[in-house]
Amino acid sequence: MFKGKLHGIHAPHRKNTVDCAPARMPVPAVITVPMSMNIGAPAKPVVKVNDTVKVGQLIAEAGGFMSAPIYSGVSGKVKRLDEIVGSNGRFDTVIVIESDGEQAVWEGVKPPVVTDKDSFVEAVRQCGCVGLGGAGFPTSVKLNVDPDRVHAIIINGAECEPYITSDTRTMIDNANDVIYGAQLLQKYYTADRIVIGIEDNKPQCVKIMEEAGRGVPGFEVASLPAMYPQGGEKVLIYNTTGEVVPEGKLPIDVGAIVINCTTLAVIAKYIRTGMPLVEKVVTVDGSAIANPQNIIAPVGTPIQNLLDFAGLKCEPKKVLYGGPMMGISVPSLDAPIMKNTNAIIAFDEKDAEDPVPSACIRCGRCVAHCPFNLMPASIESAYSNQEPETLKALKVNLCMECGCCSFSCPARRPLVQVNKLAKAMLNKYNAEQKAEAEKKAAKAKEKEAV
Amino acid sequence: MNKNMVVSVNPHIYAGQTTQTIMRDVLIALFPAVIASIVFFGIQALLVEVVCVAVAVLCEWAFEKITGRPVTILDCSAAVTGLILALNLPVNIPLWQAVFGSFVAIVVVKQLFGGIGQNFANPAITARVIMLVAFSGAMTTWAPAAFSNAPVDAATAATPLAILSGAEGELPTLLQMFLGARGGSLGETSCLALLLGFAYLLYRQVITWHTPVAFIGTVLVCTALLGRQPLYQVMAGGLFLGAIFMATDYTTSPPTPKGRLIFGLGCGLITVLIRVWGNFPEGVSFSILLMNILNPYICEWTKTKPFGGVQA
Repeated sequence: MFKGKLHGIHAPHRKNTVDCAPARMPVPAVITVPMSMNIGAPAKPVVKVNDTVKVGQLIAEAGGFMSAPIYSGVSGKVKRLDEIVGSNGRFDTVIVIESDGEQAVWEGVKPPVVTDKDSFVEAVRQCGCVGLGGAGFPTSVKLNVDPDRVHAIIINGAECEPYITSDTRTMIDNANDVIYGAQLLQKYYTADRIVIGIEDNKPQCVKIMEEAGRGVPGFEVASLPAMYPQGGEKVLIYNTTGEVVPEGKLPIDVGAIVINCTTLAVIAKYIRTGMPLVEKVVTVDGSAIANPQNIIAPVGTPIQNLLDFAGLKCEPKKVLYGGPMMGISVPSLDAPIMKNTNAIIAFDEKDAEDPVPSACIRCGRCVAHCPFNLMPASIESAYSNQEPETLKALKVNLCMECGCCSFSCPARRPLVQVNKLAKAMLNKYNAEQKAEAEKKAAKAKEKEAV
Repeated sequence: MNKNMVVSVNPHIYAGQTTQTIMRDVLIALFPAVIASIVFFGIQALLVEVVCVAVAVLCEWAFEKITGRPVTILDCSAAVTGLILALNLPVNIPLWQAVFGSFVAIVVVKQLFGGIGQNFANPAITARVIMLVAFSGAMTTWAPAAFSNAPVDAATAATPLAILSGAEGELPTLLQMFLGARGGSLGETSCLALLLGFAYLLYRQVITWHTPVAFIGTVLVCTALLGRQPLYQVMAGGLFLGAIFMATDYTTSPPTPKGRLIFGLGCGLITVLIRVWGNFPEGVSFSILLMNILNPYICEWTKTKPFGGVQA
């Protein structure tokens, strides 16, 4: 069994917006709601052009088990259904809604009836919740497990990415919802422990959660060292329970469920009020932003609107969904806020510059900082030599793409970038091996039959 | 699609350290040793150092120009190699020999194997060993250091290690050993200066403590067990210079803490073997060179264990 401390990096914190209570921005004239805002199947539109919609009204239903429904964040009229290239590079359908500025709430918004675990999971599903820490994994799928298997529920309040404070604000402004959510989980899963993991650079959150959670059975606050990637799922599980999630297994296999604190607050709010996930608190920060702050925006609001609201110091050269360590850079400011968008970081020209890689000096920093003890430099050479067997032995499949290796590389090698490519190479190789083995088996069977 | 916007894969921020800042830090860490060399061996020491650095940088530039590769002299690694080589030479080395050494280090050991990060042995060490074999006389003729016990009119002086091995001469006091007032190569005599450099490298997180501590510790323990004046053995010769600045060379030593401990331990054992039973009074260079050769195996043995990895 693994012992010892997981590595990571001391990334700059830059939590400039920690004291900025979220401000509601003016209702955007138009929202663009993508159907792919979760891992798994995209949602299916249930509205037609020229339909009127209201806030909280269903506009797309879950496209399968591994999916989540989508609700409108504005009241207005459906203008059109478009095909665009989404942030993941794939084609995606978007519903474009022209807002009437009224923000009239849909009549159907009412609290769900929750009586047992199954109705709770169904409510989570109806809420449209996906992993709001950034992953976008449909929450109902995660919670659809046998309660007997759950020993620890871990609430993720680590928020280890630089700049982002939206989870911090959830803990400060919505502590009661987080605790209500924790109580619901306790009620339906009866876990021995409910731990909220918070990095120790947010002492106010630690204090608030300790006070709010007093009296909840099994509830505890874990103040964790501020070291990126403290909020990585496997990292958080290990640092709060000491359990190692083995290769190819899920957290539930070690008795753990990890749920982001904002996700939990959204679920609690839905069960309390019936208002599903339609808006997000988004941290808008970065060197191109004049007034860094937290903004409440309907899901689907174009990035441009948020940047206009926060003010620009200069033309943004690079704009990210999420933080600078794992964030995705967007090609256009028309791209919308999605369910799992917790920050928009806009960089000026200097910060947007891509570093120039030089030769690896074999300093070992990528190894020393990898939370999962991988050897990125070796993976890089195995990839460039096209050696999938070596990649398999180096366990590149475990890489969570946190970026610690690239961050710490003094030669600015594109290590995590190559890891991604190497994972694809290994997957392809594994699939080919499997196909070949199956072919062989089929042939052998044929021979036997003859 | 906005053509003016940069789209790239994460991460989007980077740590402050680059190859250039690391090499610059090593140069800064060597600065006290350079000062000490001038204090104890005079301005000639500075001349040797300038010549070695200049030739190393020039050779790197010329080789890369001729072979049509990107010029990397700005990463300061050639300057580091040149300076470390200089600090490994006696003050009265003929300058043409110093030039030869720098050429061997940069062109033969570093560039012919593919440049920075690709050489299998430390360029400065290898060049020094080649010079030791080629120019045995000049490489083992030591000028007396200022403030040392050598007679004022003496042209040469024995090193403490040679004295310990039976050569004629008066052993310096431990304080003289620590400060550097003794015979030896330019940069190896002052343990104080080298320790200052060590502290700086640790503070700047350029190296970890593992290799130097394992190396020096092994020599200390072994010579103590053998009853051979461990404190002199540790401070004499090029042990501090080698353990802090040469055994920690990234390219030719292991990347993991465990590997670094093994590497340092091996260096220490070989050094003791050579010093106690070998023909040479000093063995630091040979020990590092030998461990450089073993390095790929140490790396293989000390591979990290992936977190959550399941062996098929």
